[in-house]
Amino acid sequence: MNDNQPILMTGNEAIARGVYEAGCHVSSAYPGTPSTEIQENIGTYPEIYAEWAPNEKVALEVAAGAAMGGARAFASMKHVGLNVAADPLFTVAYTGVTGALVINTSDEPGMHSSQNEQDNRRYAEHAKIPLLVPSDSQECLDYTKAAFIISEEFDTPVLLRTTTRVCHSKSLVHTGSRAQIPIAPYVKNIRKNLMIPSHARLKHPEVEERLRKLSVYAESTPLNRIIPSRNPEEASIGIITGGISYQYAREVFGDSVRYLVLGFMFPFPENLIQKFADSVDQLFIIEENEPFIENACKRLGIACLGKEVLPLCDELSPDRIRAAFLPEFKDSEADEAKIPSASSNRIIDKNIPQRPPALCPGCPHRGVFTALARYRKHVISTDIGCYTLGALPPLDAGDFLFCMGSSISSGMGFAKAFQAAAASEKSAESPQRKVIAVIGDSTFFHSGITGLINVLYSRTPMVILILDNRITAMTGHQHNPGTGKTLQGADAPEIDLYNLVSALGFAQEQLFQVNPHDLEAVRNSLKEAMDYSGPAVIITKAPCALLPEVKNSVKETFYQVDRDICITCKACIRTGCPAIRITGGKSLIDPDMCAACGVCMQVCKPGAITGPFTRAKEKAHV
Amino acid sequence: MSDTAVITTRIMLAGVGGQGTILAAKIISEAAAAAGLDVKMSEIHGMSQRGGSVVSHVAFGSQVFSPLPDLKTVDCLVAFEKLEAIRQYGYLKQEGLLIVNDLEIAPMPVLSGFADYPQDGLKQLKETAGRILVLDAAGEARNIGMLQVQNLILIGALSTFPGLETFPWEETIKKTVRTQFAEINLKAFQIGKDLAAETGHEVNRNQHGF
Ligand SMILES: Cc1ncc(C[n+]2csc(CCOP(=O)(O)OP(=O)(O)O)c2C)c(N)n1
Ligand code: SF4
Ligand code: SF4
Repeated sequence: MNDNQPILMTGNEAIARGVYEAGCHVSSAYPGTPSTEIQENIGTYPEIYAEWAPNEKVALEVAAGAAMGGARAFASMKHVGLNVAADPLFTVAYTGVTGALVINTSDEPGMHSSQNEQDNRRYAEHAKIPLLVPSDSQECLDYTKAAFIISEEFDTPVLLRTTTRVCHSKSLVHTGSRAQIPIAPYVKNIRKNLMIPSHARLKHPEVEERLRKLSVYAESTPLNRIIPSRNPEEASIGIITGGISYQYAREVFGDSVRYLVLGFMFPFPENLIQKFADSVDQLFIIEENEPFIENACKRLGIACLGKEVLPLCDELSPDRIRAAFLPEFKDSEADEAKIPSASSNRIIDKNIPQRPPALCPGCPHRGVFTALARYRKHVISTDIGCYTLGALPPLDAGDFLFCMGSSISSGMGFAKAFQAAAASEKSAESPQRKVIAVIGDSTFFHSGITGLINVLYSRTPMVILILDNRITAMTGHQHNPGTGKTLQGADAPEIDLYNLVSALGFAQEQLFQVNPHDLEAVRNSLKEAMDYSGPAVIITKAPCALLPEVKNSVKETFYQVDRDICITCKACIRTGCPAIRITGGKSLIDPDMCAACGVCMQVCKPGAITGPFTRAKEKAHV
Repeated sequence: MSDTAVITTRIMLAGVGGQGTILAAKIISEAAAAAGLDVKMSEIHGMSQRGGSVVSHVAFGSQVFSPLPDLKTVDCLVAFEKLEAIRQYGYLKQEGLLIVNDLEIAPMPVLSGFADYPQDGLKQLKETAGRILVLDAAGEARNIGMLQVQNLILIGALSTFPGLETFPWEETIKKTVRTQFAEINLKAFQIGKDLAAETGHEVNRNQHGF
């Protein structure tokens, strides 16, 4: 990989390569789109200890501890993951490191797979640490390596901020070889490394001083570069930008303007910005989401145009930039549909049906949500994972959701509101509504378990369903503490959910484990759990239908509808299985798509659905 | 406004999660890189994989900046499914080429009876598109015993168009797909290429360049 032939790499692959080349020793992460493949790729380098942590706080703490111990360490997560990891972040920013610490946050303008659009550049400013922002895969590799050096030199964690279009775009990359970095010697120094108030009071001024030194560094680092226009004399427009926004701006303005591209975006290179602003007649600030650079310019009293014309919400695109800055474009294309974000588009027929994601055929979550249909009058507190899709039609089982792990804790809070209402009404007649929390295995390990402890501790009557599909599915099949495998696929101790929950103190009458494909079993356990006076937990255990071993085992099998018996009651359709549709007034199962879970058969009262059948062999070899 | 002498060719692949658009985009971008061009590829993973709409973009030329296309800037839209062709059609240049897989995958709102699958979609596209090539990639793939290779059939069709025919396709395919499937993927590629050549006259009559 060390020759001069450039290789096509995603930003995520290039960051992983950068981590490797930087001689990193320890890397910990929790999956989350669009960051996941960084750690998956780091896991392919045997020189690095790389793991999936149960959540981002643990990941950052592991990395921070390794850096304290003298290692070069790396942690990576999606933007909302940094909220989870914010606690250690703000204090490792005080202690600094013995080795080096780089933290990747992958933000999601446009929210392709996220619940909010927070701009984590602000975390760097808030935590007072340097911020690097690459704009393509080569920069992903180079900036990652630079980040380790900055971390070491300035005794600070460094935040590397990427966005979906950088993480998941491929461009050509020249790779290098791995640096041999020794573990830095750890020397005990509690005034630096053990933050109690008296030590932190001493540290805070040092953090401010470090920031001042970093801002001097920002003025001259090659990560901040000026790109001249093709005719320097003519350059009346200057653009300050960074990250993917630079690529879009360049697409629109080409080499007719002058650019200041901030790869080292915080602390701000104030003199450089001032000098650049002075060299042009008009200054545009082009950045996605928050006016981060723009506010810095305005604080310096520099006149510039940015968010007055650019949208705060959603991704940018070249067209969105054109519409904001080029009056001729705006006038000629009055149609507002002409200025879409990249995640919307213009179609010839606006009324065509949407194609929302859906639970796969054979998904083990389907049985759970099909059984939950009878409990829609209760409140379903859902969580983040494939099973969030159970809240959409036709399954329709879900009321509210905040963040990973909130199903149990916020469900408990909701139950307290129910209890308070019941106490004030004092009417025994009012039908009792309960809260049902739904959470996946990975999410339970991530941050559900603390909520569950609180439910038991507070004796809150509610039902908690832990959907154990034996993998972290939504983000593309990562192992977690319950799967018995490591990031690299090696055997690991398997944390058994039933034993874990029972060890917390859930007694036999409060704890159930069922196969979610067995509707009868799910329904019976739900009934018992709902009737129970205190908290009750149901663990549904069956592997994700997309796991290769499951997929292969049902490849040739399928269920069938007897169209003479089908009465078109649509009970099977309401399971939301993409393999079933109504054609010619009757249900039909696509045998290629069917994963033979049998859930549709169990809801078919007239018995029109039968199976499993096995396909003739010759049809589906290869 | 834009850079002097920078011409970018843009290909967009639109389909349904699980149809192999990502592998197809990988083959196209690797082939372009092997032909010595600057390349950018962009795709969305995550939520959209669960049977939702998916798009991948490939852009190549002497130097590529934005990995994303704007409306009406795509030179060739390869639609793996008819509804997705309609959905992404706005990105295609007026004189661009539309390759459509004559395949219908009903989305959830249609399956659950909340919406109808557009019946005259293909007709509409034929009337509107500057250049269009319709093939039954799914049927052809099933004929050779592996439904998953419809993406290679579509790439085969794409490979015949001016500017792309000199890319080292076969080599790239061999390098990209798993060894045990190389043969069937190459066969699929050839089928797509032949189909495009057969119907090619329809396309070539058009005076617009690619
Ligand atoms: C704080 C945070 N970290 C990561 C994510 C990304 N994420 C979304 S769902 C999910 C995992 C879901 O796994 P699991 O709970 O096992 O459910 P499954 O998808 O397997 O059904 C992750 C990691 C997130 N949304 N928020
Ligand atoms: S990936 Fe697995 S868990 Fe997710 S919807 Fe598909 S079958 Fe269900
Ligand atoms: S058995 Fe029924 S519900 Fe299960 S995958 Fe097949 S069609 Fe879908």
